[in-house]
Amino acid sequence: MHPQTPNPNLYTEYHPRWYRRRVSTYWWVGQRQYRKFILRELSSVFVAVFVVITLLQLRALRAGPEAYARFQHRMQGPALMVLCAISLFFVVFHTITWFNLAPRALALRIRGRRLPDFLVAAPNYIIWLVVSAAVTWAVLR
Amino acid sequence: MADTIILEIARYSPEQDIEPRFETFEVPFRKEWVVLDALNYIKDKVDGTLTYRWSCRMGICGSCGMMVNGEPMLSCATFLSSYARNGSRVRVEPLRYFPVVRDLVTELSDFLGKLKRVKPWLIRKEELLLRQGEFRQTPEQLEDYRQFSMCINCTLCYAACPVVGLDPLFVGPAAIALAQRYNKDSRDQGAEERTMVLAHPEGIWGCTFVGECTRVCPKHVDPAGAIQQYKLKSALDWAKSLFLLPGPKKEKISGASADT
Amino acid sequence: MDVSAHDVLLVGGGAAGLRAAIAAAEVHPKLSVAVVSKVYPMRSHTVSAEGGAAGAVKSDDSLEEHAYDTISGGDWLCDQDAVEVFVKEAPLELLQLEHWGCPWSREPDGHIAVRAFGGMKKRRTWFAADKTGFHMLHTLFQTSLKYDPITRYDEWFVSRLLVDEGRVQGVVAIELMSGKIQAITAKAVILCTGGCGRVFPFTTNANIKNGDGMALALRAGAPLKDMEFVQYHPTGLPFTGILITEAARAEGGYLLNKDGYRYLQDYNLGKPEPRPVLRSMELGPRDRLSQAFVKEDQKGHTSPTPYGSVVHLDLRHLGERLINTKLPFVRELCLKYQNIDPVSELIPVRPVVHYMMGGVSTDIQGATPLAGLYAAGEVACVSINGANRLGSNSLPECLVFGARAGKAAALFAAEQKPPNPAVLTQAADEQARLRSCFLEKTGGREHVAALREEMQATVEKSAGIYRDGTTLQDATTTLHELQERYANLSLDDRSNTFNTELEAALELGFMLDVSESIVRCAFERTESRGAHQRTDFPSRDDQKFLVHSLVYRDPDGSSRVEYSAVTITRWPPGERVYGAPPQQPEEPQAAPARRAG
Repeated sequence: MHPQTPNPNLYTEYHPRWYRRRVSTYWWVGQRQYRKFILRELSSVFVAVFVVITLLQLRALRAGPEAYARFQHRMQGPALMVLCAISLFFVVFHTITWFNLAPRALALRIRGRRLPDFLVAAPNYIIWLVVSAAVTWAVLR
Repeated sequence: MADTIILEIARYSPEQDIEPRFETFEVPFRKEWVVLDALNYIKDKVDGTLTYRWSCRMGICGSCGMMVNGEPMLSCATFLSSYARNGSRVRVEPLRYFPVVRDLVTELSDFLGKLKRVKPWLIRKEELLLRQGEFRQTPEQLEDYRQFSMCINCTLCYAACPVVGLDPLFVGPAAIALAQRYNKDSRDQGAEERTMVLAHPEGIWGCTFVGECTRVCPKHVDPAGAIQQYKLKSALDWAKSLFLLPGPKKEKISGASADT
Repeated sequence: MDVSAHDVLLVGGGAAGLRAAIAAAEVHPKLSVAVVSKVYPMRSHTVSAEGGAAGAVKSDDSLEEHAYDTISGGDWLCDQDAVEVFVKEAPLELLQLEHWGCPWSREPDGHIAVRAFGGMKKRRTWFAADKTGFHMLHTLFQTSLKYDPITRYDEWFVSRLLVDEGRVQGVVAIELMSGKIQAITAKAVILCTGGCGRVFPFTTNANIKNGDGMALALRAGAPLKDMEFVQYHPTGLPFTGILITEAARAEGGYLLNKDGYRYLQDYNLGKPEPRPVLRSMELGPRDRLSQAFVKEDQKGHTSPTPYGSVVHLDLRHLGERLINTKLPFVRELCLKYQNIDPVSELIPVRPVVHYMMGGVSTDIQGATPLAGLYAAGEVACVSINGANRLGSNSLPECLVFGARAGKAAALFAAEQKPPNPAVLTQAADEQARLRSCFLEKTGGREHVAALREEMQATVEKSAGIYRDGTTLQDATTTLHELQERYANLSLDDRSNTFNTELEAALELGFMLDVSESIVRCAFERTESRGAHQRTDFPSRDDQKFLVHSLVYRDPDGSSRVEYSAVTITRWPPGERVYGAPPQQPEEPQAAPARRAG
């Protein structure tokens, strides 16, 4: 059994010290769900990257065919290609996780039964695919 | 299957220890046993100083929350057989993000304070008299808030939520779910009174929708859903208040039954 | 030593305790009300109640019928004036709870729904899915947060009542967190500590049900009433003892023996019908169903398991939809703890100790004979349950008598002088006792768990469903020996901080006192009535035993048993008949001069 006499340096009678564990900066590393969460949050950085690229693209469009050709040439540099690929992955990841979470914020009920999550998420996916298809067609035409 | 199983249990006695340490116990393995049965075996037969909370042992009182192999669980609802592979150990620690009083016992006064702050009681502008009978509430209206009323205050969601760990002032999943239980109750008229606490950086806006609270909840209360629903409503209310003049809030339907 | 002072003090924070606290706080806003509970209030055992709470509100029902069902269910040992008050106030209390937000299940039109329950002739049990106690307790707890006059002492363990000048003047309690021992004085104390199921080895009761209040009252000089009446609930899961609510049978479940036969039809409980018939077969009273199990077991018609023999509860014909709407918690418990899905499989069940009809003797205001001491809920015996409690009467009992005791205690406290400072010496004595007997004791050899297991085995053997004089006599001797060995206890844990072993040792002390009372009263009552069945005295004896047993502990430590008359107002004792169409309740007679209960 354990030694039972209290340590006078640690303990004042009837005043136990609660132990408070410090939360480390790397609290998210140890668990899969936390890592996935941090990745999801970081993906917003890459969404911002995509937005910036798109704005630059629009600016180049407005500036005329030469400026646009220069823009396209720069975009084909290896570094930017890698950046775009990574950004594409994270934007898709961001979109899918966002659409899958959206149903939690909406408690819709039809005739007393709660709408299953995929029915709330589905319209988002459909609109996304339709708009993406339309833009792709417009660009490639 | 092995006859025994090893438990590694966090021990802490403020009278002797500066910080928690682990102690190992070997207990008989029975397929009907839950972690709580193992703890009781140790306390009754091996070491009477092992300290933990428990009461109903049927997953309804909420006393026995602890971390089992890094996951917040109710020790009365966690079977040893889930961990019984050769050489596997079961690590038992007190719930994360709470101060530890002794061994597996955490300190809950902060949590209770947050529960009280959201005003978890039925708020009425005018009281109904007993002789007027009951509030009429259809099964559909009951269903609106039923899920949020199932919370047993076990605080597993607080142990799962990193925001609770990083920001001690965050109101937390269970408290917000409880507030929503009343906000969505057709008999309640106190939603406005609760907005002060809820629509606040330490209320719903502290939540970053990690979603762990909902995953670990033993009663499927879905506190994350409660918080996101309130975020949506709060944002819409704010948007409406920009464009529309503030008008009389739409009263929820809650008539009394006829005089008996 | 620290002292706190309040006007009304509640020991225990369950349904009765919280209801009493609210009632006391509402009497006068200046009154200071303390709730002292050894666990946080939402952990109180009320939380596990499943089935429902009875209140006669529907148009096809009447207070007289509810009263008759209760009185006949209690085998005529109920005090009828108390039952009349109870059936009248129960619907009002349940309604009050609804106004406070309790999520009662509803009819499609929004009115309160009621269901059938065992022993009741009409459908009158209000329910909140199958978690009625949980919803009631959380509603009461959350509502109590509104009342500023209520101070809570969460996780403080009351080890003794302070008594001076023939009056209870407070308690001595240990703050579990720090180990500090303190007197909390009060002008009135209400015991709401629940029952004592843990005196038995196999029970639905939580770890915290140790008969604390009963032992506290007994040691302070107040009598316990009808302690021999212990209710076995017919359907508990083997090994864990987890309760499968009576509502499962009310919704239509069958009880089958190992041959798949609905055996209750052999025990004067009616004929088997496909749909449940009130007061018949599976909806008979609990004592009769538990006794039928024992007889089936003796005939060899039960199925053996490593944890005792079982019969089976069949819910398969109810369908998944009904089970998910009306009995979701039952399904969850079976899946989680027995790995069985009631939708497609049979549930193994056996009788399990569930409720204590007996307890601290009170009048209909909740007052005990000891001035300043009140009691309400399972800890008390008013008595409305008599020799056998009907399902769904216990939750409204907590509310009705909790409210009455709260109000009565508050009015009493308003008239009292502040407690005498001399009581503080008693508190110092208690602190010294705890130190010398437990925390600083040397040389002891006994362990809490071993003594507890022996006590439980003794009580189960002698005070089970069927009892006889010889076994009871032997048990008295064994329990006496256990008391002596208790004085030789040695704790592993000598710490001040959250010492649950000390708590368990004190609870064991309470349980030893309570079990002695149970065995003693069972021995003295030489008849069979309701839940108390003597194989050596198999019939009911209204001549000698239409009385309550009262057990007192004298200052020298010995106990004595006395008897007091049962109050009969309108319903003279008759035969308990189940299964056949129930005979009309006796024509109410003009109330005779009330006899003191």
